[in-house]
Amino acid sequence: MIATHWPYGIAAWLFIVGLYGIVTSRNYVHLIMCIAVLQSSTYVLLVTIGYRSGATSPIYANISPDTPAVDPIVQALMLTDIVVEAVVMALLLALAMQIHQRAGSLDPDKIRFLRW
Amino acid sequence: MDLRLVTLPVIVPLFAAVLLAALRAICNSRAADGIALIAAGSSTVFSGIILSASRHQTIVYWLGNWQPRNGIAIGICFAVDPIGAGLATLCGGLTVAALIFSCKYFDRAGTLFHVLMLVFLAAMSGFCLTGDAFNMFVFFELMSASAFALCAYKTEEREALQGAANFAVTNTIGAFLVLDGIALIYARTGALNLAQIGRTLGASRDALTLIAFALITSGFLIKGAVVPFHLWLSDAHAVAPTPVCVLFSGVMVELGLYAVVRFYWTVFSRALPDSTPALQWLFILFGTATAVVGGVMCFAQHHLKRLLAFSTISHMGILLMGIGMMTPQAMSGVWTYLAGHSLVKAALFMGAGILVHQFRTVDEVALKGRCHSWAAGLIFAGGGLALAGLPPFATFFGTAMLEDAAKRSGYGWAPAVIMLAGILTGGAVLRSGMRIFLGIGRGRPLPSSESHDDSEKRGPVSPVMTIPALALLAIALCIGVPRSFRDGILRYAATLQDSGAYASRVLEGTPTPVQTSTSADIEVATIIRSCSSALIAAALGWFALAGRFRGFRRSLAASPVQAMVNGLRSLHSGVVGDYVVWIVAGVVAVGVALMVQL
Repeated sequence: MIATHWPYGIAAWLFIVGLYGIVTSRNYVHLIMCIAVLQSSTYVLLVTIGYRSGATSPIYANISPDTPAVDPIVQALMLTDIVVEAVVMALLLALAMQIHQRAGSLDPDKIRFLRW
Repeated sequence: MDLRLVTLPVIVPLFAAVLLAALRAICNSRAADGIALIAAGSSTVFSGIILSASRHQTIVYWLGNWQPRNGIAIGICFAVDPIGAGLATLCGGLTVAALIFSCKYFDRAGTLFHVLMLVFLAAMSGFCLTGDAFNMFVFFELMSASAFALCAYKTEEREALQGAANFAVTNTIGAFLVLDGIALIYARTGALNLAQIGRTLGASRDALTLIAFALITSGFLIKGAVVPFHLWLSDAHAVAPTPVCVLFSGVMVELGLYAVVRFYWTVFSRALPDSTPALQWLFILFGTATAVVGGVMCFAQHHLKRLLAFSTISHMGILLMGIGMMTPQAMSGVWTYLAGHSLVKAALFMGAGILVHQFRTVDEVALKGRCHSWAAGLIFAGGGLALAGLPPFATFFGTAMLEDAAKRSGYGWAPAVIMLAGILTGGAVLRSGMRIFLGIGRGRPLPSSESHDDSEKRGPVSPVMTIPALALLAIALCIGVPRSFRDGILRYAATLQDSGAYASRVLEGTPTPVQTSTSADIEVATIIRSCSSALIAAALGWFALAGRFRGFRRSLAASPVQAMVNGLRSLHSGVVGDYVVWIVAGVVAVGVALMVQL
């Protein structure tokens, strides 16, 4: 029982660690990597949800249709998620480069462009 | 109507965006303006056709014809009711207005701006029309990614970079929260179609359902800029190019709340019935806090775009209060108010954009008495009065419906909060209008422009910039007046909330039952109260400027009121780590409030 539940624990842990990293980060590139950690928690969660113990991969080319297989839907969701977040990551890194160019620093606490 | 038409509001702008990106090298900016306008315009027209067709029947279109069998949906569907179609039409209309405005606003916009705007429109339309949870997440992310890029479009402006970074980090976290919630629900039900999830989930109230609800709702509340998730908004809206702000404040933020409503009534309403007091209190308290904090911060700003951003936050709070009341009457008020607020706020951002274009600054104090364009003055006057709820603006009808619903649901104090938020936000806009156009109050010399060498004064205000804004104001003025509009909204609000009928319609094709209900009469007392609140807003604006009250204002500045405002101000630090801490606190608060119910 424990063995089937610990991936959920890992997903939760990655989520919390990622958030902790984002909150305490002193460098934008590091912060973006923390977002990647946060994102990996969604991967772990999705794949875990689709896992069936003793099942094979969901490719029914030369196996009988009643063979138990893991859930392909969550894998598709995860792939979509990877594609979507790759775009967001690229954008964020581009922003970080621009910020570094203009401010000479990547520390979110030191960058005070916004005027109130 | 051919059902395949339902996807056109998404497909047309997407294809046009790809076309524009491909033709970038050979396309001059006027041609790009034309193509983008035609694409956004046709998307709006298609949304409008879908809207009129969906009035009798929720339209369900299964992509690739993957029809459900025995109530099991494998495919992805677009399930369109009038509320979703109406929002998609609003997205299209505001995009058209913003694109017209941007023809003159940018010296050289570059084709990529149009590409991003069209992708943004496609994502927002899809978000409004889809009936699939994961599809909603994907459109949410597409909308966010194009919004981040649009926010930082002027990379030469340093503030834009910081604002966009804060926006991107917070909203990406929101997307992960939503995705985790959807994943947990899939684990429980094995479904991604909203209707099927709702039906399979049934009335199972357990920890998993509540956690999923808390994650999804919090994620969308980040987009909806509800206190304490709101901190990114004032940064992003203060720095984004004006045509982009029009869409951010006009529809994008509202779509966050739309998603909360859509998910709640299609997926969770049987598991967490409407009578759940914890949930009602949660929404109403968060809404009240948002309305008040947004209003106070709005009045404390001199930076016009930030002022309008906080006003948006405040009005999102009003909408969330309405959502918390949960009756169809309250929800009809929410949709009416949303429509009015979107149009007015878009017009006001255009007004601010006109000032930026002319004077290179949005500092209200530096602009004192400088602008003499009557059209721009009209935008500020009309917009300010509309935010304060002056009849016959749609915001007034929304307020009246919300107040009526609040009294019936036993929240007699809620109208006072709504009125206060309207007075503070309307008063702030009217104050800046009086200072800029009438020259009342203190001023300061214009800042020397840093990035621009052409410091000579710009020409007169172009009608290309004022006409879209005045048109939007005119629509906001007329749209709520016909009784049929208000009755219709009430019917459609009730249709959206009928989760059983929605599931049967999507999964079995059962016709949607026709809701028969008529909206409450607008009482004379309500009209008088709304007029007086608009008057109070104007008086408040004048009080903040007039020389004769200077002594009184000084003593106010030394009082705890000012200390409170300064405390609030310091929370909006511009440091993204702080914002994320508040987000975590908010998610925990939502979770705990729901767990109490178990």
